[in-house]
Amino acid sequence: MSVNTNSKKTGSARELELYFGPQHLGMVGNFSITLKVEGDRILKAAANPGYLHRGFEKLMEYRTWIQNFPMVCRINVVEPDSMEMIYAMAVEKLAGIEVPERAHFIRSIYLELARVGSHLFGLWAYANMLGFDTVAQWAMYHRDLILDLFEELTGGRVYHIYIWPGGVRRDFPSGFKDKIVNTLHSIGGCVPDYDATFFNNRLFYERASGIGKISQEQAKQWGATGQTLRATGMPYDIRKVEPYAAYDKVDWDVPVREDGDAYSRVWVIRDEMIESVHMIFKLLDAIPKGPVYNRLPNPFKWKIPKGEAYVRCESSRGELGLYLVSNDSDRPYRVHFRTPSYPHGLIILEKLLENASIADVGNIMISLYVVAPEIDR
Amino acid sequence: MKEKTTDKKGSFLSPFKAVQYLFKKPRTLRYPFERKEPALRYRGFHLNDWEKCTGCGNCADICPNEAIAMEEIPEIEPKPGEKNERPKLDYGRCCFCGLCVDICPPASLRLSRDYFHIHFDTDTFTFIPKDEKTDEEHFLGSEQYSILKASLAHRKQNHEGFSSDLDYALFEPKRVTMPEVKPDERKLSFIEQVIGYSKEEAKAEASRCLECKLCEEACPAHLKISDYIKAVYEDKPGESLKKIFEDNPIPSICGRICMKHCETACSLSIRGEALAVRWLKRFVADSIKDYKTALELKSAEPTGKKIAVIGAGPSGLSIAYFLTLKGHKVVVFDSLSGGGGMMRIGPPLYRLPIEAIDKDVNHIASLGVKFRFNTTVGKDVLFEDIRKEYDAIHLGIGTTVSRSTKIKNIDKAHLALPFLQANKIAEPVKVGKEVIVIGGGNVAMDVAREALRLQYMQYPNEEVVTKTVSLEDWDELPATEDEIEEAKAEGIQFNPAWGPKEVKVENGKIKGLLCIKVKSVFDEQGRFSPTFYEEKQMFLAGDMIIEAIGQAPDFAFIPKELFEKLEFTPQRKVKVDENGMTSIPKVFAGGDIVNQNLDAVTAIADAKLAAEGIHRMLYKR
Repeated sequence: MSVNTNSKKTGSARELELYFGPQHLGMVGNFSITLKVEGDRILKAAANPGYLHRGFEKLMEYRTWIQNFPMVCRINVVEPDSMEMIYAMAVEKLAGIEVPERAHFIRSIYLELARVGSHLFGLWAYANMLGFDTVAQWAMYHRDLILDLFEELTGGRVYHIYIWPGGVRRDFPSGFKDKIVNTLHSIGGCVPDYDATFFNNRLFYERASGIGKISQEQAKQWGATGQTLRATGMPYDIRKVEPYAAYDKVDWDVPVREDGDAYSRVWVIRDEMIESVHMIFKLLDAIPKGPVYNRLPNPFKWKIPKGEAYVRCESSRGELGLYLVSNDSDRPYRVHFRTPSYPHGLIILEKLLENASIADVGNIMISLYVVAPEIDR
Repeated sequence: MKEKTTDKKGSFLSPFKAVQYLFKKPRTLRYPFERKEPALRYRGFHLNDWEKCTGCGNCADICPNEAIAMEEIPEIEPKPGEKNERPKLDYGRCCFCGLCVDICPPASLRLSRDYFHIHFDTDTFTFIPKDEKTDEEHFLGSEQYSILKASLAHRKQNHEGFSSDLDYALFEPKRVTMPEVKPDERKLSFIEQVIGYSKEEAKAEASRCLECKLCEEACPAHLKISDYIKAVYEDKPGESLKKIFEDNPIPSICGRICMKHCETACSLSIRGEALAVRWLKRFVADSIKDYKTALELKSAEPTGKKIAVIGAGPSGLSIAYFLTLKGHKVVVFDSLSGGGGMMRIGPPLYRLPIEAIDKDVNHIASLGVKFRFNTTVGKDVLFEDIRKEYDAIHLGIGTTVSRSTKIKNIDKAHLALPFLQANKIAEPVKVGKEVIVIGGGNVAMDVAREALRLQYMQYPNEEVVTKTVSLEDWDELPATEDEIEEAKAEGIQFNPAWGPKEVKVENGKIKGLLCIKVKSVFDEQGRFSPTFYEEKQMFLAGDMIIEAIGQAPDFAFIPKELFEKLEFTPQRKVKVDENGMTSIPKVFAGGDIVNQNLDAVTAIADAKLAAEGIHRMLYKR
């Protein structure tokens, strides 16, 4: 934390400029906020993205359609899978590629596993930030079990590079269904422990309740999606609004809370994990047999006719959109991602930090579920 | 599930439930003493089977990070149609996506489950992968392997990870089926068997090409295959034709009868079906009515030099074309009534119709090449006169004399070439009801299949049969697999590994062929030297015998004292230098009298070389 003195005022009420991050324990990653504070009250906050800018959208214009597939996942380090999904959806829409039924189911199962893994990671971040180290370690361990599943299915732990246009890259290995069920049961068995130690912990309530509160109107106005919007009582979820993959093939609910504060947001995350697990069980029961991949055109000759597509899906952080333009070429003409962390991390964060206390900066930021690489594309 | 969060305020005491975990074992692995095996599909360091790898470079082309470069390995002696290059990985760039594995046509490149490499020298991070089969030194069994030493040079045996699966490969292993006339229908007439691709089919087939260009190395004439296939895919037949004509001026002929060395080398053929390069060339040639307009050739300044080409076969036609483009005056002599040489008489009508030959020949004639057909050199024109009159001579005379087995009573049998020639450009031969063809090569297949057609035409509704006898067994038959399969489908009977012993004759009529079992065809040095089991005999009944056991060239037109100066190789081929010139000055040669391949595309390659040679010779002075 560095301090910039302001000569206008003196004493405890003087205005200071405070750099929060990028090297700061309470920070979500390569991201920083410049705070203008008076005492421990924040007058104004300015988000500073750009520490992780790798120019993905531009890079993608220089790579062929298939070469982009291993790259898109890197835009969101924590949950790469919905990035793969949305790229596949956009390319399929542009090029008119059909996806086999079984692949739709596998995609949904895979994306829900990713959601659980990502939420566990989010839980680690939040619990860690508040000082609930025990719970944080549990969450990290359970996320690792999910990564084991990914490793078995895709060969990679973090970047799975699995959903590609036309379906998925490989079918389930033998006995994989049972492995998913067993892993999810063993994680599910710990839910009472999580509840007792964290979610029903009075300290957590005291620390999070009423923090970073926004109304439904504000949420809509500021472009909030995902947990931030659902925690204000609005059951808005792309998986329901505009079903993709196999999300319309099974019954499931959209978890909602109504207070719009950090406490509600974390509870939505908890409920979503449980709902995802139930959904995976239902999908596993309903999954049809058959092929999982319709062969893509020869990668060295693959051109997509002139056109543009906008597709969206529900990532673990909210509404993810991709605008993809082809100019009858072997690579994209323009790529633009609409990532949920962008409004959450740049707009809503700045608004919520006004008048908040310095001690709550991390609390608010992490409850908004910001993942920095998503902002810096 | 709609709950108000404010209802739950939580408890101060419940978190103490976590205390129970104090008495549980820790979940953390104490690495490296406790280890976790990576999953079977783990995407770790590369493995490459050097035996299988063809050096095609598709992995380097698809790599999104340009982490793969193809490195030439001088120690590797590349097999025909392969390169001695192997992929070199830069692990500072590799993202372990495995696209290289999914594009690898021979499935030689895989990923392993190894992921450790610690080294002070950053250069060790660029690495040419091998696998345990090709690099025993660095892949260790469980006794020698230690995780504490694990690196790119200390790998575990049997540690395969992410590997290729044809169902998920990035290339299409299946060819677009060529529409053909069915065997039962085609054997009744000389209708052209292959119908030809439609525009859509050609485009779909062309889209399979991976552009690795192994085919271009394998093609004797080094056609720019990858480019002309790409032009077909892009719907530009004119562009494609221009690319073909750079190296091959007879695409209509070659698109039908080429021995397609390219397809044997094709990457796709390793685990699937080769790209139909020949049929695509035929599609281009057939889809363009007028070559001349499409090619937009510029005529060169006349040089005033005159060149005589003897033989209007593939090598003669090609050299005439290449030399005309350079501005030389070319005259082609041929004893037949039209161009094409052996192409005009050899390949049956169902494979190569006369119109297809004339299309190529007429185009070359239209460029100003003078053809003197029905002119036999040595009879109608003397070789010596040609030598005096012209600045250079090219011999592309081919092998025009059928060989004979010289067994008892063989004088009653027919010879392959006159038989084929008569059927193709004169009156069809009257065949027997039970025809025996001696030979197992492509010419024998042609003869047998023509004989079968003639039988069906000459004896409708009667029982007829055509059978072949060959010294070679199934696995060593010199005919191509396609030919054998097509002949089988039409009902030709095969008697492999039997040698002809005697033609049985009764009252001056052929009764059949006495055969003896073959012990071996080649000796230990691989030379042709058949041995037999004299006691194992078989009698094949038949009323007509045709010999198709090979051809020889006819040099009778060259005066004796000059012929003595003509040097031959140990394989009895005309010896030519790097310019295509024979030991007789100003006389060049190409085609079947020079090369071992005995096919049209090699003749074109010879002609290309000789054309350059002649041009250089003429301009040195």
